[in-house]
Amino acid sequence: MKFLGTGLKDEEIKERKVCLAYWKADAKYAWDCGIAIGKYLAGLKEGKILGVKCEKCGRIMVPPRIFCEECFRTIDSWVELKDTGKVNTFSLCYITWDMKFLKEPQIPAVIEIDGASPGHGIMHLLGEVKPEEVKVGMKVKAVWKKKEEREGAITDILYFKPI
Amino acid sequence: MGRRVAIVGVGMTKFVRRAQETGKELAYYAAKEALDYCGMKLSQIDAVVIGSAPDTFDGVHMKGEYLSDGAGGFNKPTLRCYVGGGTGVFAVICGWYHVASGLIDSCLVVCEEKMSSYQPHPQGAFLTIFDHTTERPLKPNLLWIFALEMNRYMTTYGIKKEEIALVAVKNKKNALDHPAAQLKEEITVQDVLNSPVLAYPVQRLDVSPVSDGACAIVMVNEYLARRWTNKPVWVEGVGWSLDTAYWTNRDLCYPRYVEEAARMAYKMAGVTNPRYDIHIAEPYDPFDYKELHHLEGLMLCGKGEAPQLTVDGVTQRDGDLPVCPSGGLLGVGNPIAAAGLMKVIELFLQLRGEAGKRQVARKVRRGVAQAWGDLMQVGAVTVLGI
Repeated sequence: MKFLGTGLKDEEIKERKVCLAYWKADAKYAWDCGIAIGKYLAGLKEGKILGVKCEKCGRIMVPPRIFCEECFRTIDSWVELKDTGKVNTFSLCYITWDMKFLKEPQIPAVIEIDGASPGHGIMHLLGEVKPEEVKVGMKVKAVWKKKEEREGAITDILYFKPI
Repeated sequence: MGRRVAIVGVGMTKFVRRAQETGKELAYYAAKEALDYCGMKLSQIDAVVIGSAPDTFDGVHMKGEYLSDGAGGFNKPTLRCYVGGGTGVFAVICGWYHVASGLIDSCLVVCEEKMSSYQPHPQGAFLTIFDHTTERPLKPNLLWIFALEMNRYMTTYGIKKEEIALVAVKNKKNALDHPAAQLKEEITVQDVLNSPVLAYPVQRLDVSPVSDGACAIVMVNEYLARRWTNKPVWVEGVGWSLDTAYWTNRDLCYPRYVEEAARMAYKMAGVTNPRYDIHIAEPYDPFDYKELHHLEGLMLCGKGEAPQLTVDGVTQRDGDLPVCPSGGLLGVGNPIAAAGLMKVIELFLQLRGEAGKRQVARKVRRGVAQAWGDLMQVGAVTVLGI
């Protein structure tokens, strides 16, 4: 086997020693939020975390959906959950998506929401906590934007903080 | 279960950070070499399967069609398959069912990825895997999802970072013997622990590189296998499974979708005791912890037990269950769809005794290759044997 292929060095690209063609995508998306997530966002605007329940398997699900994917049937009801939960897992992220370093880490976590079925959580950010103090299992509470600033988005919750 | 299917030819390019070649050209190099390997001409190929991951990397929509002439797939039944990082093994599964069905006698399978076109970093394209309404407004980083999974795995089973780092050490060292390797290197556990923290607990040396590259194999029925080679490698089992995209509702400490896919493949292959029936393994390793996670999903050890196998040296090339003797994605490189197929090519070479310096010490008659992707939800598994 010959293992063909010509690798290029970064300098060859920066100094334009090889021919390149550039194109920048000019595309915007305006997504519909859907029935379930739309109602979820309306709840966030009111300072509530909403879930849905399937009476067949008994799961209380968050984020909400209009169907139970396990039973493949329409959900039965909506449930108001608490705005507290516990950290299922977390990271301390020191880089941005384009590989630049951050001095203070972002702290993403999967937060299991109280009132939902075990293991049902959402991804969000932790705040008001020192990086070295974050632990799996830590109990947390949502910190909301001021009511007049809420817009019906996941960012209506600024972050979750320890309680 | 259908006709017997064998792999008779393989080809692959170098894996590099940025290739001067286009995707079509890379696909051509790999496809032509696979045909040359077994002495076949394109006119003797009945169908072509093309595997590649997101179109956004190349910025070309309908990438299968775009690659088809370089991959030998025009004026033929041609199919492009895509299951994210699982594509490289899933393409083999597609090739298998073309031939096993009896409809197609010979199939060329070509996988390509040219990630370097996306500027400034392909991770930007990856951000579209997060839900646009509930996750993307948080300004996530692709590494978050793996860091969250790695932490869950470590915490659940009490795994130390040093144990995980051993995988990166092993794979980069194995890659020293792979002619296509992009990141071959002799490193130490301490080097891994001292490398920059990207998204705790993920550090730089835990991660496979961004790569361009292509791979190809020729798959034929039993009759043609006997004609084209005296050492066919049989596809004994295939399996695949897709888990829910509601990833925050699953326990990230265990890849149940890999187990589902493995059970399907093992049942077909007649593997009843994977730890003893499987002699060599190429699990998907875009991160070092993932090799361990996937060994467990492949039922080659119990849950939480893969780190101990690694510490004990069982997974070394001279161990009882060599794992990623190629050097894996961590060492050879990760041009996503091509990376999964690279693993199948490695098993082919190992089973035929043609792996050269990489040849494992023990006698091997059956191996498993696995690839994984999307929102940690795709398992694609194939069992090969001689």
